[in-house]
Amino acid sequence: MVTLLLPRLAARADARVRRAAAVTGRNVAAARHFGYWWALVSGFFEPVLYLLSIGLGVGALIKTFTLPDGRTISYAAFVAPAMLAASAMNGALTEAMNMVGKMRYMRLYDAVLATPVQPFEVALGELMWGLVRGSSYSLAFLVMMVGMQLTTVGWALVAFPATVIVGFAFGGLGMAVATYVRSWQDFDYVMVVQFALFLFSGTFAPADSYPWGVQVLVQVTPLYHGVELLRGLTTGTLNWGLLGHTAYLVALASVGLTIAGRRMGRLLCR
Amino acid sequence: MIRPTYAVFEHQLVAYRRTWRGSVLSSFLLPVLFLLAMGFTVGGYVDRAGGLSVRYVDFIAPGLLASTALQIAVGESTWPVYSGFKWHRMYHAMQATPVRVTDMVRGHIGYVLLRVGLSAAGFLVVMGLFGTLHSAWAPAALPVAVLVGLATAAPVFAYSASISTEGLFAVLLRVAVIPMTLFAGVFFPVGSLPLWARILAYVSPLWHGVELSRAATLGTATAWGVWAHLGYLAVWSVVGYLLATHRFRRRLAD
Amino acid sequence: MSVAEPLIAAHGLVKRFGDFTAVAGIDLEVRAGEAFGFLGPNGAGKSSTMRMIGCVSPPTGGTLRVLGMDPVRAGSAIRARLGVCPQQDSLDPELTVRENLIVYARYFGIPRKVARQRADELIEFVQLTERADDTVEPLSGGMKRRLTIARALVNEPAIVLLDEPTTGLDPQARHLVWERLFQLKQRGVTLVLTTHYMDEAEQLCDRLVVMDGGKIVAEGSPRQLIERYSTREVVELRFAEAALDTYVGKLEGIGERLELLPDRILLYAADGDLAVAAVADRALRPSSVLVRRSGLEDVFLHLTGRTLVD
Repeated sequence: MVTLLLPRLAARADARVRRAAAVTGRNVAAARHFGYWWALVSGFFEPVLYLLSIGLGVGALIKTFTLPDGRTISYAAFVAPAMLAASAMNGALTEAMNMVGKMRYMRLYDAVLATPVQPFEVALGELMWGLVRGSSYSLAFLVMMVGMQLTTVGWALVAFPATVIVGFAFGGLGMAVATYVRSWQDFDYVMVVQFALFLFSGTFAPADSYPWGVQVLVQVTPLYHGVELLRGLTTGTLNWGLLGHTAYLVALASVGLTIAGRRMGRLLCR
Repeated sequence: MIRPTYAVFEHQLVAYRRTWRGSVLSSFLLPVLFLLAMGFTVGGYVDRAGGLSVRYVDFIAPGLLASTALQIAVGESTWPVYSGFKWHRMYHAMQATPVRVTDMVRGHIGYVLLRVGLSAAGFLVVMGLFGTLHSAWAPAALPVAVLVGLATAAPVFAYSASISTEGLFAVLLRVAVIPMTLFAGVFFPVGSLPLWARILAYVSPLWHGVELSRAATLGTATAWGVWAHLGYLAVWSVVGYLLATHRFRRRLAD
Repeated sequence: MSVAEPLIAAHGLVKRFGDFTAVAGIDLEVRAGEAFGFLGPNGAGKSSTMRMIGCVSPPTGGTLRVLGMDPVRAGSAIRARLGVCPQQDSLDPELTVRENLIVYARYFGIPRKVARQRADELIEFVQLTERADDTVEPLSGGMKRRLTIARALVNEPAIVLLDEPTTGLDPQARHLVWERLFQLKQRGVTLVLTTHYMDEAEQLCDRLVVMDGGKIVAEGSPRQLIERYSTREVVELRFAEAALDTYVGKLEGIGERLELLPDRILLYAADGDLAVAAVADRALRPSSVLVRRSGLEDVFLHLTGRTLVD
């Protein structure tokens, strides 16, 4: 019985992944066109510019920074992992807002759902695309960090899979948020929240320098956990807390994706 | 003939009456958040190191004021102008009336400057509440912000009327707006930049706006003298305006 | 699925959106190789029915089987064998004509090589070869429509669903689309289409239903419907004087039925010439007389009324 069932289940899962991959394939085809291609490549430079401006420029005014374990590092080395995490968030949320455009304005998924592809597979396919795109940014950014001596090759190798987890978490969250966005006004709200997270997640100054109330709030929000995880790894400050951050991010990814799959089905198949 | 120009301005106002709430968030709250995050938390570290002659929050607040003017001017001169040609074709509709191209450009830029002025005024009040205004010249920072708005909105109007795919807005943002925001002296003095980057900062309209704005709120002297900065921003404004009317004419002809 | 089983079978099919009932219990069967049409004014429930058949909108009540399967449970498997041309083109504006077809084919799990080959064939079939590598956005309405139809054929579907395939097209574009659909029909593809163009229904449909207010109000071949709900011929009378209603009494008894329109009077009669003679016998002098064969338009207006529904 089981031996008969398993290949069939496997074949079914295989078909799902293949259909999700077809959704990813659409984005690959679109990315070959000029406008889109440019947006993709230039997306990489945004965190780099922030790193150079705040990390090096403002960093020159700050000089050194003391880590919790007493070691001192440059301000740029402190800011860099935060930019890495923030760029994963920004990339995922941008992709999610693109998805709103595809869903509500371009009505792309109406055509997709007239084929055997199912709503959950659309969500999965978009997420895979976001991950591929985000991970290539992260890789390039880590290479640059090594070049600027903001981390070592070894720690960069450890940090890379962690950036994939961060991207996965924000990808799932973004997709769930996308199903709630109704109007251009909502885009504005998402942008403001995103920007607030970017500024206050321990990105430019340690979270414990904030007032107590803000600190507590920050510790609930997702980017903080991404920043802390990546900062721990690229500065080589290992502690058990890193596991907690990882667990938070994995949970966020799965909750987000589940909500997204369900709500997309309801939104599109009325 | 001021009337058609005013009609174009009014057209924008009518729409703004319905959308102003959302824009308060992005045009007012964002810079305030930036001021809090950079000025107070990062500022604590900068002040302890003592690299600047003034408090860090006093240093970046006028810079953020100028950069806010830039952001709003660009935001209001990109999509709204582009869709006026491409999607809701507002300009084509106006062309069928006595409104002239110069009226369209002036009326619409006038509205953009109103938006810039409102946000800048709000931000100035916040700056006052945070105790970052140290000179009797501080109110002059408001017209400076509006001038920065004009010097950037006018050329961006020309850009938006020239491009045929909206993907090119990302180019403008990433090649011009974001680098300017980050490197034109808002967050740190341009003196620490390598020479080539410093020259780029001098070329950008924002740096001149930041210098003027800082001079107004801190009561300090500017790098090149007030009139040089004002004149440079005026050049951007006039050339941008001429380009914009030229591009509008072209676009409406085909 | 046996040979005799219809490709689409609906019994008491209902679709509600909140308090609004779009489809109020309809029965229908579509057989293999048939061209089946839904006729009706806007808001009659045609598109809702099409979306239920297309397995993207779950029915609220009744039963529906498509290709012998249940759309709710086997939606994906059914959609694998359907071709859908929605009312509004849903092409991907960021891709070229060819890419639109290839990317879409991949959703059906069609291997890339086959997809490429089929895309080329279909581009030729809908006469877009010259525009194959252009992005979709600058194409004309007719071209986009043809591309949408080509896209609906990319999986070699058993049934093609076309929701208002020629609405908004210019006459040349409409004729080209009709020609292509007729070719499909001759190849034995089952077509299901909605339209509010009577000439379209008469040209393409073997059988059709007229829907109004979510219900089916008539069913049959175009010829049968005309015979049942109209007369063989129609006489259109115009009078120079404005007050047309004074003629209604004077014309009474001629033909089977009379209809007063703002600008003319219609007489429904088996023999138009006989009716015209009768008008002359009563010493009435219409300013113009037109005798024509009765068409679906007469049936349609008779069944769904002349009031504007929108």
